[in-house]
Amino acid sequence: MLLIECPHCGGRAQTEFAYFGEAHIVRPEEPGALSDAEWAEYLFLRKNPKGVHCERWMHAHGCRRFFNVMRDTVSGEIFGSYPIGGEKPKVARGKKTTAKTETKTANAKTEGGRE
Amino acid sequence: MKYSLWTLARNALDYHRQWQAAWRSPEPRAEYDFAVIGGGGHGLATAYYLAKEHGAGSVCVLEKGWLGGGNTARNTTIVRSNYLLPASARLYDHSVSLWQTLSAELNFNVMFSPRGLLHLAHNISDMREIARRGHSNYVNGVDAETLTPEEVRAHVPFINLRGRYPVLGALLQKRGGVARHDAVAWGFARAADSLGVDIIQNCEVNGFDIRGGKVQAVRTSRGKIKVRKRVGAVVAGHCGVVADMAGFRLPVETVPLQAFVSEPLAPVINCVVMSNTVHAYVSQSDKGELVIGGGSDPFNSYAQRGSFDQIEHVAGPIVELYPIFSRVNILRQWAGIVDITPDRSPLLSATPVRNLFINCGWGTGGFKATPGSGHAFAATLAKGEPNELCAPFSLDRFVTGDLVDEAAAAAVAH
Repeated sequence: MLLIECPHCGGRAQTEFAYFGEAHIVRPEEPGALSDAEWAEYLFLRKNPKGVHCERWMHAHGCRRFFNVMRDTVSGEIFGSYPIGGEKPKVARGKKTTAKTETKTANAKTEGGRE
Repeated sequence: MKYSLWTLARNALDYHRQWQAAWRSPEPRAEYDFAVIGGGGHGLATAYYLAKEHGAGSVCVLEKGWLGGGNTARNTTIVRSNYLLPASARLYDHSVSLWQTLSAELNFNVMFSPRGLLHLAHNISDMREIARRGHSNYVNGVDAETLTPEEVRAHVPFINLRGRYPVLGALLQKRGGVARHDAVAWGFARAADSLGVDIIQNCEVNGFDIRGGKVQAVRTSRGKIKVRKRVGAVVAGHCGVVADMAGFRLPVETVPLQAFVSEPLAPVINCVVMSNTVHAYVSQSDKGELVIGGGSDPFNSYAQRGSFDQIEHVAGPIVELYPIFSRVNILRQWAGIVDITPDRSPLLSATPVRNLFINCGWGTGGFKATPGSGHAFAATLAKGEPNELCAPFSLDRFVTGDLVDEAAAAAVAH
């Protein structure tokens, strides 16, 4: 089980939280202007990295507020929580090998309008 | 060597010292007609049917670990085909019909045991769901029967019908059951090997050589392997990683799905009992262990271990429904990492890279489809275009909107 740091309530067990998938996905300003492929990308395509993942959580059994967590999807290590719109925590490079190698791919795949 | 009573008797006279290895461990050649990535059940089945039914020339299976060491060995071995939608019913029922003769086909006992499979209904909406799905099965030619609580008790005499999760009825598929997971991988491996398929273990794929939008070669930890015709990526739990190497993205998210087994008991339960609402299902293996599975972890993870709270989440309802299991000790627990698509149906599809095809995204229920998936995907690879069973499961359904939305009908809450 994960120990998740809620930015508002402090560290709590993961069972208090609800998971909402990849963070930083912005709803397109004008959905009607998008092609089917672009709309499908917004709806269905996720980074799903093997490594560092920025994701949304909600403190369902606490303050019920949304926030973001940066987590390694292999080791489960959490690099930190940050509020919506806040700055991403630094990945402690070299601490975990998976984190180190996968950050590169995660960054390489970052797309313009998404972050 | 064909396994038979005769070979068994002859080897018994030699004190079983002369048995040959069931398959070779060849060095990879520089070039193949077809390369199948992933040596699990689906990949081995694909290679087997490619060699057997399509005379496919040279075929290799590239496996990063050992055969069947991934999700083929990390599931609850349940086989069924009572899916809601016509496209899924066709695919999974094709698989069930192959299961029925698979042991004879492979000359290897896969221990398929069609012992019947119950889906319990615990509330009014469950009753509506099993009625709807039962009717849909009937229309699609899949066997289904609805049972009353008393008939459920006839199948499982010790079930608690009136507890916290009252049993109002059940949907029965008699042709459903279980099979022996390892034997499926070994049987397909042995049969494929005897048809000349090179099964290369400890050979991890690191990338692809793609020129002019067409895959030319597979780069592996054991050197580059050129591919004359087509590559089939049959990868569970890492299909997004493979797609990433080929430069496209897949609509999948990866989560762990857990199961566990108890200590061996005398025969106590002679069918598979699943329960969607409480995320718990149970059957008994031929060794006597209760095989218990449940829902997947609620967050993305590539770790082959699940959360402890999920174990509690599954064990609670099991004990409530089957009070006699409350003192049973759990021996082992495991998790497989599964690639879940937005509509919970698999991807059997061409990709943006020519000659690279994918068979993945089976989510929480790939084992049952092993022979059918391999059979249909082999036809797809051989022809270079999706065959009729695979066509509804193409990648572009997420763009056209023609989804195969099985989430409502799946046996396990996702």
